[in-house]
Order: sequence, then structure tokens, then C-alpha cells
Amino acid sequence: MEKKYWQSIEEHLEVKKGENVANNKPQPEFSIEGLDETEIKGKSSRRDFLKMLGFSVSAVALVSSCQMPVRKAIPLLNQPADLTPGVPNFYASTFFDGNDYCSILVKTRESRPIKIEGNDMSPISQGGTSAKVQASVLNLYDDARLKNPVKVKADTDWETMDKEIMNNLESLSLSGKKVVLLTSTIISPSTKKLIGEFINKYPNIEWVTYDAVSYEAIRKAHELNFGEAIIPTYSIENAKVVVGFNADYLGTWLDPVSFSKQFSKNRKLFKGNTNMSRLYQFESNLSLTGSNADYRYGIKPSQEATVLLNLYNEVAKETGMSTYNAPASPVDVKKAAKDLLKNKGKSLVVSGTNNLNIQLIVNAINNALSNYGQTLDLSRPFNLKQGNEEAMAKLVKQMNNDKIHGLMVYNVNPAYDYYDSKAFVNGMSKVKFKVSFADTKDETAELCNFIAPDNNYLESWNDAEVIKGEMSIQQPTINPIFNTRQFQDSLMKWAVISGVFRDYLENNWKTILPAEGNFKTKWNQTKHDGVYSYTIEDKEFNFAEQKLAAGKPSSGIELALYEKIAIGNGKYTNNPWLLEMPDPITTATWDNYVTVSVKYAEENSLKFEDVVKINGSIELPVIVQPGQADGTIGIALGFGRTAVGKAGNGVGKNAFSLANINGNISLLGKEVTIEKTGSTYPLAVTQIHHTMEGRAIARETTLPEYKKNPNSGNEQHLIDEKNNATLYGKIDFDGIQWGMTIDLSTCTGCSNCVIACQSENNVAVIGKEQVKNRRIMHWMRIDRYYSAEEANPDVYHMPVMCQHCDNAPCENVCPVAATNHSNEGLNQMAYNRCIGTRYCVNNCPYKVRRFNWFEFSNNNQFDYNMNSDLGKMVLNPDVIVRQRGVVEKCSLCVQRLQDKKLTAKMENRELRDGEVQTACSQSCPTDAITFGNLLDENSQVSQNVKEDRMYHLLEQLHTLPSTSYLTKVKNREV
Amino acid sequence: MYNTRVRGVLIKGNKSYSDITHEVLRPMNDKTPMWWWVTAFLATGALFWGVWGFYNTITTGIGAWGLNNNVAWGWAIINFVWWIGIGHAGTAFSIFLLIVRQKWRTSINRAAEAMTIFAVMAAGLFPLIHMGRIWDGFFIFPYWNTRGPLWDNFNSPLFWDVVAISTYFMASFAFWYIGMIPDFATIRERTASKIKRKIYGVLSFGWIGNAKGWLRFETAAILLGGMAAPLVVSVHSIVSMDFSVSVIPGWHTTIFPPYFVVGAIFSGFGMVLTLMIILRKVYRFKDIVTDGHFDAVARILTFISLIMATAYLTELFMAWYSGNEYELFTFMQNRVTGDYTFAYWTMITCNAIIPQLFWFKKIRKNIPMVFIISIFINIGMWFERYVIVVTSLSKDFLPATWATYSPTITEIAIFVGTIGLFLLGVLMFFRFVPTIAISEVKSVLKETTTLKSFTDED
Repeated sequence: MEKKYWQSIEEHLEVKKGENVANNKPQPEFSIEGLDETEIKGKSSRRDFLKMLGFSVSAVALVSSCQMPVRKAIPLLNQPADLTPGVPNFYASTFFDGNDYCSILVKTRESRPIKIEGNDMSPISQGGTSAKVQASVLNLYDDARLKNPVKVKADTDWETMDKEIMNNLESLSLSGKKVVLLTSTIISPSTKKLIGEFINKYPNIEWVTYDAVSYEAIRKAHELNFGEAIIPTYSIENAKVVVGFNADYLGTWLDPVSFSKQFSKNRKLFKGNTNMSRLYQFESNLSLTGSNADYRYGIKPSQEATVLLNLYNEVAKETGMSTYNAPASPVDVKKAAKDLLKNKGKSLVVSGTNNLNIQLIVNAINNALSNYGQTLDLSRPFNLKQGNEEAMAKLVKQMNNDKIHGLMVYNVNPAYDYYDSKAFVNGMSKVKFKVSFADTKDETAELCNFIAPDNNYLESWNDAEVIKGEMSIQQPTINPIFNTRQFQDSLMKWAVISGVFRDYLENNWKTILPAEGNFKTKWNQTKHDGVYSYTIEDKEFNFAEQKLAAGKPSSGIELALYEKIAIGNGKYTNNPWLLEMPDPITTATWDNYVTVSVKYAEENSLKFEDVVKINGSIELPVIVQPGQADGTIGIALGFGRTAVGKAGNGVGKNAFSLANINGNISLLGKEVTIEKTGSTYPLAVTQIHHTMEGRAIARETTLPEYKKNPNSGNEQHLIDEKNNATLYGKIDFDGIQWGMTIDLSTCTGCSNCVIACQSENNVAVIGKEQVKNRRIMHWMRIDRYYSAEEANPDVYHMPVMCQHCDNAPCENVCPVAATNHSNEGLNQMAYNRCIGTRYCVNNCPYKVRRFNWFEFSNNNQFDYNMNSDLGKMVLNPDVIVRQRGVVEKCSLCVQRLQDKKLTAKMENRELRDGEVQTACSQSCPTDAITFGNLLDENSQVSQNVKEDRMYHLLEQLHTLPSTSYLTKVKNREV
Repeated sequence: MYNTRVRGVLIKGNKSYSDITHEVLRPMNDKTPMWWWVTAFLATGALFWGVWGFYNTITTGIGAWGLNNNVAWGWAIINFVWWIGIGHAGTAFSIFLLIVRQKWRTSINRAAEAMTIFAVMAAGLFPLIHMGRIWDGFFIFPYWNTRGPLWDNFNSPLFWDVVAISTYFMASFAFWYIGMIPDFATIRERTASKIKRKIYGVLSFGWIGNAKGWLRFETAAILLGGMAAPLVVSVHSIVSMDFSVSVIPGWHTTIFPPYFVVGAIFSGFGMVLTLMIILRKVYRFKDIVTDGHFDAVARILTFISLIMATAYLTELFMAWYSGNEYELFTFMQNRVTGDYTFAYWTMITCNAIIPQLFWFKKIRKNIPMVFIISIFINIGMWFERYVIVVTSLSKDFLPATWATYSPTITEIAIFVGTIGLFLLGVLMFFRFVPTIAISEVKSVLKETTTLKSFTDED
């Protein structure tokens, strides 16, 4: 023990006292000396109580507020053999929604479909897709889908429903009361067979096929001319001259994906090939096809027959056919006729107008040009668009006359899209037994007693025969997410056919696939390929001449309805990707509107966004559209839906009632009144300036000039290349320099790539208001420019995404080096590093960088797919969802590059050209986008870069982009 | 006391040293006047609105502003550059006039320096709030981290900005503060309140006014002045490089660094005039801050205004002479004519034309007129930044991407909030710090001048 010294007597006493204590009691290690009595006894004072209370409350508050959000991930209990987490599986399947067809590959990750690719093995769609096809995967994860079967607006279960429906069907069948099965066009042989069996079981059922947009006149005309009601197969590929009349075959007409593929084959120029087809287009609205045509003429719908008849006369004069009296054509047809005659048997005339007389003239011209058997194939007709207008009209009439006692509706929505939907709805109220197979509670399903929700096509088995002899298989890529059942299974249940449709399909294919060999092997091969072709013998067809007539002239304003490339006829109005896809012509999103000609707008002082009233009932805003034919206005279909889902309800106005009912139901030609209301309505367009201001942005030339000088139109490139100088050394690449070329000659502007990119890269949907604020998030945009005259302009479509400059202005200015250059030439973004100064956004001359203005996921303000657990299933797990406040942009699908590089590494080989594809290049229906390694001398992209047509966008800035453009060549005479 | 009418005096009214002390410190001893409370109330209100703007921006995102994919910088950057420009005056005033031995500066430099401090503080808020992820803003500082090669990008003008502005702020603050030390000591000696004496004692660093102290003080002032002088030039040169380093037509010009520095001094002097006229009026400093002072500043502004006009003309000339179609478009079709003519011509009128009125002595001597013109200069310089930032971005290379921009209420709130912050700072300065450098004024009390401004009859 330490010795204690004292200074005074008092202190000494104190020390002694202490010593005494120490001597009496041994000091414990823990002493309570110096503590209050209360503290020793464990009592707490009021103060202490408050302290403790304060501490515990704040501690609890702190701990509870820091709770991590719960994230759900359910591991597989039994992992399937062919499923590795993180590795995608691809399944061949078929997209057919009743209107459009495409053979596809479905990419699934951890058993959920996340991306649609084109199927390269298909001879029809040839690996191409359309925006609708790309976006269809989002419909699988639509919150509006029915989760259970519905009986009179309340959920029920399948057993109860089956029982009741079968009771109903049987009693109706016994009493012989008429039941109608109303379906869309069905191109599946197996489904057709099944429907036959179903009708055998219940013979009182009548099957009516209905198309929202009818093509019946083509079938009728062929019935009159050739004796068979068919739509022939059109070969744009073999046609040197295509003359289109209001047929947007590159955008929406019949089978645009396959037509686009064929178009590109005929338009692709490369060293040694200077052959190009020539496109004429006569139309009222400026369509995508019209915008790509070499010669375009604006005509009123009422003039179409007259113009066609004049064209026919010109052709007939030369080919020795009978001519007809026709008033003079308002536009020049001699030039088109001359070209057609020069290319007899290698030309094609098509019309998209659903009018028998017009289709008869078209057939007569094609016949006079001996195109049948060459560019038109009658032996292998299209199975698309089988709708029967008379049957539908009869059905509506009978429904209203209480003649129909049961109605089963599959894949159609006439309560919304029938031209006389009021009569249809009224008729439905008189039908007692109504079953819908709709997968959402759409306008028609809402009126039904029963909804037996169909699976999404990605959950279903089926087959398809789009063209006679060209079959494809549709297989499920995910178990039904909800308690739904595919239409065919419901039919089998109700027709008391045992088994499931999967087996029914397989059994049916036993009769389709050739008998020799092992069926199982062949069947598996077919499912693997997704497609199967069989040969069809050529049939003889004889042309029976019909009487042709010119059109009746009209002086009023004529309406030309059209389908939007994104929305179609209204099936996709709840798909936020498609709603937000800028229209390739007007660049408008989220609405429909009236397109009026420049002249009309000037005469009536109409401006962009002025609201007009059509026929005194429908109010829509105006877009002044260069190229709109004088005396016509255009309105898109597919909008104004009332029961489609949260994204699409109430968007735009329904224009189906404005169809022209003159013989057939035609989209064109109804005379309408148009009056200004004085109010305005905001439209979200993504482009407000439409000319290039004389800048060499989208470069073009004509074929004759190109033949003379391959550099023509691209002279600036030579100057810029000469002036391009640098003080810095050459950039080193690590064996790969990724590069891309975009051929403006073949790019049609169809915007498939925009949606493909959105789907691949989890690009956010931001809604109309933010699009209007010019904040669209698309990594890839299609700039559209007009030149020449306002009444009928030349149109340029130019896809622009990050150009991946080797001397990138954006990289230089980022203070935190969040955007930097890879040794493979990629301009990369490190999202985690970005602090959002947006300097790069400003300094990008191409303006392709996108800033996350808001939190676009899990935010009720942006109630689209990224705000719902179901919708988020579509997200690509290889690509991060960007946080608010960071900049994002095209990465050239770096996740795909990495994936294929790793594959090649594992197989110990070099990357093959074409093995790596970005989302945009892979699905491009015209192969306008080429992607690959610029350092590989033999790669396609290196070949393209060597073309004389090659230039970089804004290359005088010396940004050294890895992306190049190829001059647009129009097949025009100088 | 000795005086002459032949040569003008800098300080009028035959004052003694103690008169100066009395006069300058009077506002600090008086009861806080009503106008102070009213202004402070308004300024606080504005500040709170600005706080709401901050809150709204941070919680919802930059989307709360009017920016878009093409115009990604707007009011935040405009106001940042505007405030930085105003923040130029103090240091420029003190240092440049020190270098050219303009002793009349002593009456004004304290207030001008204070203005600098608050303006730079207001300016500094904008780079912060305009970041998309303000919570990660510290990434911009070069500090040791575990991110391997991912470091700051020393090529980026924004990084230069951070360095230049923080250096400038620190140097200006030190310069301002050290200048106040003798005055704080004066207050310490005079105050009756114990607490105040304690506070000002600490603030004055125990200044006792001995010869050694003065010697060190003078040396420190000269050293700091020498250090800060290049900063005055560098800070706005570097801010200008935010624009001139880019590729955007209308931004990518080599004239920007001198043009911005001159512009900044222009706006700073304009703001000095505005504030000094108010200060003189409310505190009755007529003898210390004489009409001669305003006359001198007005003469400088006339000269700078001519430089500004030259810069504007040079820009136009270069746009044409370069033969660059993009630049020509930006200047001729998007500034001189086009959607933004109002902003452009406001800029020209306020900066290059209206200050020319100062050629007339009558106007220079008419204080209300001087005040109005100084306000015009402030407005004009704001529009200059607006023209530079918005017109260049709104219509750049690809016409398909062209967009327009207008601010939202949130952006306006933030701007008004910074005005509130600035005003509140100035009010505090008026209240708690000697607004005029007592010791320096005393040093020129007995001096006369040959300057025209000061020799003229009243």
C-alpha cells in the first residue's frame, strides 16, 4: 500500500480515518464508496427516471428507424437441371396477338421472361421484331391482368365456373339456342381444330371471326378475281418497284416485320452493289412507309380509286388490257406507271384501303404487270386478318333482336373497337350468357357474366401458321403467374376433352410433322427451332376480270384513321413502354391527336395543341403535320380506352366510330366536320424543331449521284477528315474497339430499337408530364427531320444514342471521373460514383445523356412498371436500376459484351463477328444497325466503316465517335 | 483643423479621430432601428422560402426544377455565377485600389469585403444544391479512399471551381477579418457591456495597438493582399472555364476568362454602389463616404462598361469571323434574334448602354440616379449569365434536341433564399461590425487628393 504523507494535523487525521476503514474492512475490488444511498439501493430518482426514459425512447426510435427494407428472394427448393441462377435460358416461341405475327426467342432469367428477341431461324420475321413485340413482355407483368376467374364481377374458382358454364352451354345446346364464339383471327391450326371439336360438342355454337381493323376487301377481291378469298403473300424483296396506296407496310400494314426485312434486302448498298428498289407511296397521312418512299404523293382517300384507275389505264395501254374511263388523276401517275412497266413481274402494287373496288383495281394492275406468281404468291397466302364483316354485322343485329342467347368472346374487344360499339354494347345487354376470355377486364369483358381469363402468350402453348406452309410453335416460358387458364384449355374442359392443350397440340403435330423418323426427336427439334416449314405445291389461278370504277369526288375534309406503330388498334394502350414511345413521324407520346395539313392550319389559323371538335363530338388537339394531304386529317386509333388499366385509361380519344362505312369498314374517307374550340390541350412531343438548319446531320444523296460518286452527299466527311488533327497520340485499345454503324438508307425509323433498348436496359417510364418537360429517359432516340417542301417533305429518321467518342467531351468535364473510357473504346458510366453535376449532359454535343430527375422506381408519382412488385419482374437483373440524381446513357449493352467475352474465354477462342449484339442491333428489322469490333479487319462493322457513305455525326468537333452513319440514298432521278 | 479648398479631401467635415470612431461605431451603440428589424424579418422570410426550396429539391430531386435533357443547367448555375461575380468586388476593391494607391478606397473597402464574404457564401450554396446526389457531394474532394484508381478528375473545370472558390473564400475571409482586428480592439475598449468586451476581446486577438502590432498588421495585410490579388483573377477565370472548356457553341470561346473577370468586377462594383448608397443613407456617413466616392466608382463603371461592350461585340464578331455555323446560329439566331432576344437585349442595355449615362457629371452627382443605374447593372449582369447558360444549351448542335427552359417556383425560391441569406449577413454586419474601416479611414483623414472626383465643388 502506498505510503501517505500529511501536511497538517487535520489531514493527518483524515488519513488515519481512512486507514482505519481500510484496516477494518478489506476493500472490495468494486467499491460503492462515494455513491449516493439511493443509487446503492437501486432506487432511481425522478431525474434518473426521465434520463432513462429519454435514452430508451431515443434509442428505440433510432434503432427502429434504421430498419433495413425487407427484400424478398425465394430460393428454389429443387433446382431444375437446366436452370442456373444468373445464366439466361432462351426459348423459341411465337408472338401472335390476333393482328401481328412474329417468331421470337424469349430470354428468361431465373424462370421469368425478361426480353424478347427475334428468331433468326424464321423465314418470315428473320430475326426482326417490332416495338409491339419487344414491349409485349411487359404485358405479362401487367397489374391490370385478372388474377382469378370472375363471375359477375366477383372472383371465383375454376371448378365453380366450369360447372356453371358447362351447365349453361348444355342447356342452351339442348334447347338449340344460338351461341356465338366471337374470336380474333386465329392462325393456329391446332386451336382451329379444337374449336371445331368444341363446336361439334355444342352444335348450337356459331364461330365468328372479327378484326378490329378489317382487311376483308383484299380477300373479297381475290375471291372475285381468282375464286379464293385469300390475302396473297407479298414479296417486297423481289419487287424492284413497289407502289403503295395508303398501305403502311413498313409500319403497321399486315406483316410489317417481314416486310421491313424484305425492304432492307432490296435497299442495302455496299461496295459492288448499287441496286435498289424504288418505292412510290400515294397516301393521305404521312406514314412511316411514306416517309421512307422515294416518291410520295399526297392524295385524298376519295381520290385513291381515281388515281389507281389512271395508273391501271397507263399500264393497261401498254399491256393490251381493256381500259376504263376515268377522270384525270390529281397527281402524276405516269412516272410510276413507267417504272412499273419497266419492271413487269418484278413490281408490286398494294393498297391498304379496305374497299372492294380499290382492291379490284390493285389486283387488275398487278395482273396486267404479271406480278402474280412473281411478287404475289396466291398458293401460299397469308392467314392473317380473317375477320368477316358481314358475320359481325349480322351478329350485332341478331343480338339486338334477341336471337343470340350466348356469346363467348376471345381476344377481341368490340365494345371498344367496333365502329358501332353502341349497338354492340346494347346487343350484349340482351344476351343472357356471356363469357369472355380476356386476360384483363376490358370494355367487353366488363359486360360479361363470366370471365375465364386467358394466359398471357408467354404462359401458353400454341402453334401458328402465318403463311400457308410456314408454321411456328408457341411455348410457355413461365408458369401462369395468376390463377388463369389458357383459352384452349378452357375449351377442352368445357368440350369434355380429356388432357391438357399441351398434349392436344403435340398430338396434332403428329399429323403435321412428316411421318418418317422419331416423332419425339422431330417435335423437340421443332420446339427448339420454333419454326417448321413444309412445301406447298403451286396452284394454278386464273384471273377473272371485274368491272372497275373511279372514285366519287368529294370536296369536304376527309378523315384518314390509322394505327399507331406503338399502340396498334388499342391492345397495348396499357403498356407504358409503348405509350411513351415517340411516334416516328410526329414524335408525340401518350396521346392521339388530329394531324392537319400545313395549308389547312394556315387557312384556319390552327396551331400545335389547339383543340378541335370532329363531327361535333370528339375533341382532340391538333398537330400541324407536313405531308398531310390537303383536304384530309388523320387520327390514330387505339386510344380513349376506358377499361384497360391504370396507364392507359382515359388516354386520348376513341376514333373507331369515325370509320368509313361504305361497303366495307374502311379507316379512310369519312367526311367530317372540324371546328375550332378555342381551348388548348398539352401534347408531349419529344422534338420541337424539325429542320436541320442546313447542317450536315442526316446526309443524303440519290442513287444516280451515288453511282457516279460514292462520296456524294458526304463531301463534308472528306473535308472534316482532312482537318481532323490532334496533338495527342493514338488511343490504345486492348484488342477490341467496339463500334457501330447505322445505315440511314435502310433505317425506317420504326422505333423497334427504342423499345428493345428500354427492355434490355431497364429504362424508366416517366409519364406524359415529364416527357412534355423534355426529360424522356430513352437511351436511344430517333431524330426526325424534314426538308424540301412543307406540303410533301422529305423525311429523315436518324437513330442517335451515345456515340462512344474516343475523345469524349463528357469524360473530360466530370469532376469525379464517374464517366470514363474503357480500353475497348466504351464510354462508361460508374453510376455509384456520379454525383449528378450534369456537366456531361451539357457538354455532350449529341445530347444523349439522361439524368434521373426523380426516383423513377418505387415512387407513386411514377406509377408504372417500376412501382409495382409485378412490374419489376420484367427488369433485367444484369442492369442496375439507376438511382435518382445520377446520369445514365447507352452503354452499348456492356452486360452483353461481357457475357459473350466470358463465353469466348471459357471456350478458349476469340470472339466471332456478329456473336455480340446490342439490343438495338439484334432486333433491327431492317438490319440498319451493325455492331462489332472495329479492330477486326473482317468484321461487318469494319467493312461498313470503309464504305464511302460513312461519316460520323458532328465529326468536325473531333470527338472521334465509335459510331458511324452511312449516308441515306434515295432511289430518285436527279 | 488644416484644410484646403484647392485640393479635395477624402473625408469631409473637419473631423477629429475621435469623431470618426464615434460616427462609425454609433450604429452599434444605438438602439436597433425599426428598419433593421423589418428588413431582417423580410430577409429571414426569404431565407425560409429558400430553405423550403432546398428541402423540396433534396426530397424530390432536381426534377423539381425546370431543367431538361438539353438544358441541364439553369438558374442554379446562373445565380452561382452571378453571386460569385458580386463576390468579386470586395477583394478587387481593396487589392486593386491598394495597388494603384487609391486611398479613397478606405471608406468603402470594409463593406465591400463583407459583401464579398456573404456573396460567396450565397454562391457556394448553388453548386451544392444543384448536385443530383448532394449526399455524395464529398466525392468531389480529393481524399484517401478505397476506390483504387477512381479519383478526382483533375481535368474537370468543376474540380478547379471547388479549389478556386474555397481558396478565394478563405483568402477573402482572412483579409477581411485581419483588417477588422484594430477596429474590434477599439470597440472592446469603448464598450460598457462585459459580455461585449469579452467577445470583441477574443475577436481582436488581444490587439493593443503597439507599434510592433501595427508593423505585423501592415505586413500581414500586404502579404495577404498579394496572395489574394491573383485569386481575384483566377476565381472568375476558372468559373468561366466551366463554360469555355466545353464544346457548346456560345460557351466554347477563349475570350471568356478576361470577359468573366471584368464582368464580375462590373457586377461587384455595381453591388457596392447599391449597398454603399443605402449604408450611407441609413447611417448618415455622408462625410466619410462622400459623393466623391460614388463619383469615382461611377467613373470606373463607365470604363468597365465599355470593356463589356467590347467583349459583346468581340463575341459577335468572332461568331461571324470563325465561320462556325453553330456559333453563328447561337449568337445571331438565338441571342440577337430569336426566342431569347429579351434576355440578350436586356443584357446589352443594362451593361453596355445604361452605364454610359455616367459620362454626364450631373448623373454621377445625382445619387438616386446612381442608385438606379447600379440596380440596372445588377440586373444586366444576371441576364448576361442567363444568356450564356440558357441560350447556348437550348439550341446547340442537333436541332432535334432543341428545347426551351423556364424555371420553376423551387428554383425561384432558392434564389430568393440566397438573397435573404445575403441580406441577413449584411444586416448582421451593419449591426455588429464596424462597417467602415476606422483605423484605415483615420490614416487618410488628413490626406488630400488630386482626384477629380474629390476636388470638385459639392
